[in-house]
Amino acid sequence: MTAVPVRDREPAALRLRRMTGQVGWGVLAWVVGIAFFLPVLWMVLTAFKPESAAQTWPPKFVFTPTLAQFRLVFSGWGPYVTHSLIATTVSTVLVLALAVPAAYALSVHPVPRWRDGLFFFISTKMLPIVAAIGPLYVLALHAHLLDSIWVLIILYTAMNLPLAIWMIRSFMLEVPKEMLEAAELDGAGRVREMTEVIMPVISPGLVSTALICVIFAWNELFLALNLTVTNAATLPMFLISSVPQEGLYLAHLSAAATVASIPVILVGWIAQRSLVRGLSMGAIK
Amino acid sequence: MAGVKFVSASRVYAKDAPPAVDALDLDVKDGEFMVLVGPSGSGKTTALRMLAGLEPLDGGRVEIGEKDVTFVPPKDRDIAMVFQNYALYPSKTVAENMGFALKMQGVHKDERARRVREAARLLDLDEKLLDRKPKALSGGQRQRVAMGRAIVREPRVFLMDEPLSNLDAKLRVQTRSQIAELQRRLGITTVYVTHDQVEAMTMGHRVAVLAGGHLQQCDTPRQLYDNPVNQFVAGFIGSPSMNLQTVPLTESGARIAGTVIPLPTAVRTAASQAGLREIVLGIRPEHLHLADGRGDLAGDVMLVEELGADALLHVRLAESGNLIVARTEGRKPPPPGQQVTFRVQPDDVFAFHPETGARLAG
Repeated sequence: MTAVPVRDREPAALRLRRMTGQVGWGVLAWVVGIAFFLPVLWMVLTAFKPESAAQTWPPKFVFTPTLAQFRLVFSGWGPYVTHSLIATTVSTVLVLALAVPAAYALSVHPVPRWRDGLFFFISTKMLPIVAAIGPLYVLALHAHLLDSIWVLIILYTAMNLPLAIWMIRSFMLEVPKEMLEAAELDGAGRVREMTEVIMPVISPGLVSTALICVIFAWNELFLALNLTVTNAATLPMFLISSVPQEGLYLAHLSAAATVASIPVILVGWIAQRSLVRGLSMGAIK
Repeated sequence: MAGVKFVSASRVYAKDAPPAVDALDLDVKDGEFMVLVGPSGSGKTTALRMLAGLEPLDGGRVEIGEKDVTFVPPKDRDIAMVFQNYALYPSKTVAENMGFALKMQGVHKDERARRVREAARLLDLDEKLLDRKPKALSGGQRQRVAMGRAIVREPRVFLMDEPLSNLDAKLRVQTRSQIAELQRRLGITTVYVTHDQVEAMTMGHRVAVLAGGHLQQCDTPRQLYDNPVNQFVAGFIGSPSMNLQTVPLTESGARIAGTVIPLPTAVRTAASQAGLREIVLGIRPEHLHLADGRGDLAGDVMLVEELGADALLHVRLAESGNLIVARTEGRKPPPPGQQVTFRVQPDDVFAFHPETGARLAG
């Protein structure tokens, strides 16, 4: 007797149940996905509307697209995007430069009382930023750093450092102990051990950490709002300028938000492979 | 080229816990292949790591080439180690992996390349593999790269921590003879850790059996097999393991399965001096000879394991009902359920103290 594939021998009732189940889950997945994506889609669509069309309710899906909002955004955003770029990249570089040695001292060759050190770092994140803004303002004032890009760089570094240390530490803990011992036997000192063995192994983790820091710094509003005015105003401040006292410039806001999201999405797209590897690195063991 | 000495070396992990390695005294001669064998937790890997400098000593000292290296950092001990999981650097090519130690020492690029190529040749590693990364290699190839990394350094001592345990059975048999041959060719003192007693017996010039952090016996494989110094060594070396039964003593010997096996005078004297009423009797499976109903030890065959050339009979002894294992010819073993009798030479029998496990009058 020639072999009949198992699938063709499946009884009809069972097959119907199975396919309904699969279709059901598929529909649910699509519904959830669309629900998450719909606001973003609406934002992007609104960006192409003239201001009048943007204010309607129910929202119009048929309209004549215009690039007028984008033109407005691009003419106005110059200094803002420059400040955002500087603050984000410099603070991220500083964070990585400081977090890698710190994570090393808390994982590979732990210092005595490393647990206390680790807890101290995380405890700084437990303080609501709203409570700290008063003292921060006064400090910045006395240091003549108000409305200077440096106050943002310093504070973004401080803001992202605990998270970066924790993430990089967990990646360093993944480096097999035997690999480090082999390097020790091969004669690698502390520096060589870091550059030749540890860094190559955790590089996907470093990319994902950097990306997280970039996202937080890029989108940060509260500190920028309170500590800068014009000389260091960042992109989020440009976004809220679309929300003046007089009314809501929804189309302009949508266009600005769309443009503001693009750099981060682009960086994430480029780094996505590293990102997935980095975030799931601890998962498979 | 150097000998290795453990002098009363100890390692304790927790304060009130028994030591992982307890006052180990071991002397490895220059050029010797010494195998440290024992079950998990016996302290063999810890002892190796103490020699490597990856574990500090809590007592005693370690010497390499007559010099005390207890406080010398690992990279200055002139040793090379092959790890159980190979510990290759994943971001480096095979050639870079093998040359890494030389690079740390500042050896020139050309000299590095030469030594790497030569080690690859010695290990039968195809030159094409030198530019690949470890993840593109098979398990056996990775193992050879790990060995190459050690060979390239031309150290005074090779340390190997169960390097064959991640290979499949067939590759293991092939590789262990290659390693033994390589060591013979290079003549470098080697300390090799394994839990597999077959590896120990086939590869080592001498074998040190450890259990619970203590050295049980250090001898040639032949001596360990023929003259085990205690019950642990007797039961550990040899596969299938020696049959060990606690049996009562009689006037002339030991009573087992309805018969009395005569014991030498020396053994009986030692037993009575220790005030013993019973002893642990040890008989190797191949020393139980099937005797067609005319033998002394009687029993029923419970299970037959066919190995091809031999067969292993699991026999339930008469009187005590204990199970023993006997080795017999593979051709026509008695079927399960059949009653059999065995003959055993008194010379082939071992006697151990039931409490201490020490051999009586060895």
